[in-house]
Amino acid sequence: MSRSVELIDVEMTFGKARAVEKLSVAIEGGEFFSILGPSGCGKTTILRLIAGFMQPTGGRILIGGRDMVGIGADQRPTSMIFQSLALFPLMPVWENIAFGLEVRGVRKADRRKRAEELLELIALPGYGDRMVHELSGGQKQRVAIARALAVEPQVLLLDEPLSALDLKLRQHMRAELRSLQKRTGVTFIYITHDQSEALAMSDRVAVMSAGVLQQVAPPLELYSNPATPFVARFVGETNEFPGRVERVADGMAAIETAHGLFTGRSGANLKVGDQAIVYVRPEAISLAAGADANGLHAVAEQLEFEGATAMLHAKTDGGYRLSAALPHHRLAEAPTAGTNVRLSFAASQALVLAHA
Amino acid sequence: MHSLFQRFGVGLGSVILICVATWLLGMVLAPNLMMLDFSLRPNLMPAQIGGPDDRYTLVNFTALFSDPVHRGIFLKTIWASALVMATTFVVTYPMAYWLAKVARRKAVAFVTVALIIPFWINEVLRTLAWYILLAFNGPLNVVLTSLGVIDAPVRWFSDIGVLAGMVYAYILFMLFPVYNSISTLDSAQVEAARNLGASTLQIHRRIVIPHAKAGIATGCVFTFMLAAGSYVAPALLGAPGSRWFTEIIYNWFFEGGNWNRGAAYALVLLALCMAFVMAALRIFRVNLADVAK
Repeated sequence: MSRSVELIDVEMTFGKARAVEKLSVAIEGGEFFSILGPSGCGKTTILRLIAGFMQPTGGRILIGGRDMVGIGADQRPTSMIFQSLALFPLMPVWENIAFGLEVRGVRKADRRKRAEELLELIALPGYGDRMVHELSGGQKQRVAIARALAVEPQVLLLDEPLSALDLKLRQHMRAELRSLQKRTGVTFIYITHDQSEALAMSDRVAVMSAGVLQQVAPPLELYSNPATPFVARFVGETNEFPGRVERVADGMAAIETAHGLFTGRSGANLKVGDQAIVYVRPEAISLAAGADANGLHAVAEQLEFEGATAMLHAKTDGGYRLSAALPHHRLAEAPTAGTNVRLSFAASQALVLAHA
Repeated sequence: MHSLFQRFGVGLGSVILICVATWLLGMVLAPNLMMLDFSLRPNLMPAQIGGPDDRYTLVNFTALFSDPVHRGIFLKTIWASALVMATTFVVTYPMAYWLAKVARRKAVAFVTVALIIPFWINEVLRTLAWYILLAFNGPLNVVLTSLGVIDAPVRWFSDIGVLAGMVYAYILFMLFPVYNSISTLDSAQVEAARNLGASTLQIHRRIVIPHAKAGIATGCVFTFMLAAGSYVAPALLGAPGSRWFTEIIYNWFFEGGNWNRGAAYALVLLALCMAFVMAALRIFRVNLADVAK
């Protein structure tokens, strides 16, 4: 596959503030690529740099192999979907969709025809003459996508476009965005702070924190093998047991923690004597006491029913509050508050990373 | 009216009602009706008033249109006011856009204050400043001749002087409505248009100006009416060839001693302004309530 967007040592500073630190990443053609991070981590800055609303203070941006230096936002083969959607309220739907064609001097009849085709694509046929304010949130969303696709961009840039929608609609739009991306084959670069969104839709996810790229990986890899403590904490829920590395062998590490000796898969560059943290996902902790597993004692504090699972909050002897996700079929044996519980997790389900 | 009494009680409610009614009837309606009455009567000697000759006639109105000089000045006032309005808009729009969308907060505060301070001074004095600037031996001619832009001093007191003085005098009446309406535009819309490939001109034509329509209409209505009713700028900065219709009205009242004719001319100017407002609202497709905001 060809490289669609390539960032090489891209840096961005605003006065003294550093928004993006030397960042390099290559995004493949036709990929659904998400950039995930908390607000203020620099992800929107990256999107605006790719769109051409700003010029980077260092490094290069290539789109379709072409260096974008000095090329303005109106000349780039990118199209952006804004957080606020930024539909033009004074134009009917079809003119919104055909705006990019209008400014390119396409004749009115052709514009109208293309707008109708795109309305078919987004499953809103016959909506061309409506005004934007007559549409529902999800329909506006789709019109914004159609407007962005009308100019046949190589890359579609999406800036948290689903954040204004309610949960049900958001989940529906996720699936729709994903299928639209597959059908059109356009590279999607999707910005979000919502990890479930990023995990659900993307081919690959880049996690950012404070302007620094933490990890670029497919969703499953990101969830099961976070490269840094930040990723482990930010993507999904996790329990943390800090301690000291006792042994490293065969990709496994043993850590002496306040709760006992735990074994887990070893992250990169662990040495005996290092300070490290054992990360365990709530769903990896179970009530059963496995023989070869890591075990710990705790006092049950609270049980939160969440539907498919129930989250057990328990306090360990060391005073740490951990959470364990109990599957639905085991709810019958869920402990009541105040009782002692014995919990365990398999070594293969735990990850040990050096203390950041 | 019921809610007025409910809110303020019968006592205070009545006072408010009487005040508003007195204002509207006594200060707005009555003078205009008196003007109308004046305009429809012939100009008579005191002894003849109330006599057989004192009856309603349209002679004052027909006089305006049968006198070629007055008719010419009237028509010129219309198009010259429209020119003032258009020039003010052209001068103001880039500044309004810059203030609303581009400038930083500090720059906005500075420029706004710099624009407002001159308006603390009376309009006559401000126009007098232009009178000095544009004088035949004034600074503008000195600078332009020393720079070699012009060979000999220019007589600015003419249509150009009047235009300059009026554009300057009414700039804020255009600037603030246009600025206000542009600042309510979501900047993402400008970026979206840019992102879809629109040039700067296309962005303004298709996105910014349609959005700012109500503000532009308000500014245009203000400047046109102020220009049409202006007296100081044409009196100070004009030449005999650039007389304004207001000067004719003034002359009928204070020099010609013909109040009836003056009242008729003033009413025609009023009707013109009202027609202009209605036409502007129709063209811009905004309603009066939007403009008043």
